[in-house]
Amino acid sequence: MKDAVYRSHVLVCTGTGCSSAGADSLQVELEDQIAQHDLTDEIKVIETGCHGFCEKGPIVVVYPEGVFYCEVGKKDIAELVEEHLLKGRVLEDLLYREPVTEEQIPSYHDIDFYKKQQRIVLANCGKIDPENIDEYIANNGYEAAGIALTKMDPGEVISEVKNSGLRGRGGGGFPTGNKWEFAYNTKSDKKYIVCNADEGDPGAFMDRSILEGDPHRIIEGMLIGAYAIGADEGYIYIRAEYPLAIKRLEKALSQAREYGFLGSDIFGSGFDFELHIKKGAGAFVCGEETALMASIEGKRGMPSPRPPYPAQKGLWDKPTNINNVETFANIPYIIYKGAESFNSIGTENSTGTKVFALTGKIKNTGLLEVPMGTTLREVIFDIGGGLTGDNEFKAVQTGGPSGGCIPAGYLDLEIDYDSLLEVGSMMGSGGMVVMDEDTCMVDVARFFLDFTQSESCGKCTPCREGTKRMLEVLERICGGKGASGDIELLEELGNHIKDTSLCGLGQSAPNPILSTINYFREEYEAHIEDKYCPAGVCPELAGAYMIDEEGCVACGQCARACPVDAVSVQDNEIYVIDEDLCISCGACEEACPVDAVTQG
Amino acid sequence: MACQCDNEKKNIEKYLQPLEEILNNYQVPAESDIDLKKKKKKDSEIDPLTKKKFLIPVLQEAQDEYGYLPEEVLKRIADFLELSLSEVYGVVTFYTQFHLQPRGKNIIRICMGTACHVRGGSQILNEMEEQLGISSGETTDNLKFTLETVACIGACGLAPVIMINDGTYGRLTPDKVPEILNEY
Ligand SMILES: Cc1cc2nc3c(=O)[nH]c(=O)nc-3n(C[C@H](O)[C@H](O)[C@H](O)COP(=O)(O)O)c2cc1C
Ligand code: FES
Repeated sequence: MKDAVYRSHVLVCTGTGCSSAGADSLQVELEDQIAQHDLTDEIKVIETGCHGFCEKGPIVVVYPEGVFYCEVGKKDIAELVEEHLLKGRVLEDLLYREPVTEEQIPSYHDIDFYKKQQRIVLANCGKIDPENIDEYIANNGYEAAGIALTKMDPGEVISEVKNSGLRGRGGGGFPTGNKWEFAYNTKSDKKYIVCNADEGDPGAFMDRSILEGDPHRIIEGMLIGAYAIGADEGYIYIRAEYPLAIKRLEKALSQAREYGFLGSDIFGSGFDFELHIKKGAGAFVCGEETALMASIEGKRGMPSPRPPYPAQKGLWDKPTNINNVETFANIPYIIYKGAESFNSIGTENSTGTKVFALTGKIKNTGLLEVPMGTTLREVIFDIGGGLTGDNEFKAVQTGGPSGGCIPAGYLDLEIDYDSLLEVGSMMGSGGMVVMDEDTCMVDVARFFLDFTQSESCGKCTPCREGTKRMLEVLERICGGKGASGDIELLEELGNHIKDTSLCGLGQSAPNPILSTINYFREEYEAHIEDKYCPAGVCPELAGAYMIDEEGCVACGQCARACPVDAVSVQDNEIYVIDEDLCISCGACEEACPVDAVTQG
Repeated sequence: MACQCDNEKKNIEKYLQPLEEILNNYQVPAESDIDLKKKKKKDSEIDPLTKKKFLIPVLQEAQDEYGYLPEEVLKRIADFLELSLSEVYGVVTFYTQFHLQPRGKNIIRICMGTACHVRGGSQILNEMEEQLGISSGETTDNLKFTLETVACIGACGLAPVIMINDGTYGRLTPDKVPEILNEY
């Protein structure tokens, strides 16, 4: 089946971000309009995965010119087809505008969000149709697998990966080549390879976007890994919350089978490999490798102590190698371009790039890929465009519930595995949540602990009981009942839990608390001693509301809105709030038409 | 004393019919040819084809069919996979995805992940609770909606985010909630 030659390609992003912003209806409208203008033979509409710039979605790119349209609405389509596709005139209104100069920027590569990025893992995301294997192949897809299976022996593949310096992107940063070598060296008639796509960290969506935007890359990476360690069967363990990613993976698997990249005697090399999808059933701890394997076996997903390591005794007691989605996504590049090309990117001990999901109080939320060693400042301010409302930067949270909060003093930190550990956080899977002055650090700590506590599987005591006690203390502090000594108690408990828990969940659960105590101790003290939440987040401690005498127009709306009758009128011309009665619900602030109510 | 007519038995059989169809797809050996080949030469200690590995997929499909996991269904699954009912129950209660009570036709999942938390996810939850008159974890009396919270849907760029069935709604504010509910 030969595709016709098209004059133009219109790429519509159908990643989760753009889809929920209305991209699905755009596509239908586009096809309609193109048909109406009789252009169906000349112009092809392609659904792609995520471009990363979710903030400006839905995104439409027109090739060959590479014109980048953002925030495209259904109503814009008629004009777009008429002007750009028919008459060849760029539609200026839909171009991205540089926020400061308001200058319109037609091309992708000139937009600040993309300028500092280097895309290896995301190279195809947003550029190809993820549901069409031919497009992946046209971009050198499956060539690396061909080279590995026909020209290299497993030992050579492993040493190439070792030389590349690639470290696991699932959080721990363990060298991937070494892991493969362990699995390779264990003798067994049966081995498994597993892809961890359980992406459970709140605030992270890298793996999701890779799977939705370029599923064949993962299959190819796993195929190469399977060949290297000698596995003939593999599993992709994916969250059930990712329906689109599952659908695209299923499609990709059947295409790969059809083309002979899965099945028996792949590339005529005599190597057999089959791959299955396993849907997770909703348990964060199943992202931990031993728990994940228990879950594939159909058991409760509880971790077990290591050793034995999966490379010795994994799935059904057979040697098993587990890697993260992004780790596998790097493999085709390493084999195709060579280890030197890869390890020339990044820092000495953390080579290559890293994909981050930038979210929170940031202007350009989205997905980005930068070389290791890029500074936090570059990511947050140059690529991310700074904070929303130009608020003051307070901290960035990395590493999800296992990581910590990094304060402004470390903005020039070069991001890699080791530097993040040194400042009390970690790489984790790559979520970056930006926080501003309106974020309460004690509340953030409580939020993460609430998460880990409810996800604790209950197998080991330090994690099950310890996190519960810590959460009680934090809730007490946020509720205005903190006592002196609480901070020290949290530190002591936290360090014990870290030292004695069975798996990574417990061993890292105290990190968000310990790091916020370390950098924002005064905020904890304000909560405990002054019964005051400086960010105004904790409802019991937010401080009473006040009415500005100058601003008040005595309309009385605040008094009517107040649920506890704390607002009264004085001298018929000014309203005041009784601090003792005020419950800090904010109803008066919302009701005030002239913004005269403030919280103090 | 139990009723003497066997209508009850027939009814249960009819009720379990869709389940039987699901189970039919899980006859051992039902895996790929590669497995079959391997099965012949496997050394016998642990059989990777134990039916147990089908437990979670079977439960997922059964729940898709019935909306939840009633006791009769669990019993039949245990029987089919040669597991004890308590073993099946243990797995069902471990994973948040499985439910032992009937659920609404539409499942609303409010994201309480980090990104949504810092961008006001709990306000969306409050508004939903108010609109539907139920709390998180509950189902409306007419079985139309079930309200749940989840930690991160993976669409953090659009925080705060909710999912209704398989559809995602992003950049929400509380005042958009009624409009969205009206779609269902
Ligand atoms: C509680 C917990 C949750 C985890 N969640 C994930 C996850 O969602 N995705 C992932 O790839 N790794 C996760 N990991 C790390 C895995 O255990 C494992 O180290 C990783 O999949 C190995 O792959 P890598 O070497 O490619 O990084 C988690 C670990 C712990 C302790
Ligand atoms: S935190 Fe809500 S979608 Fe990720």
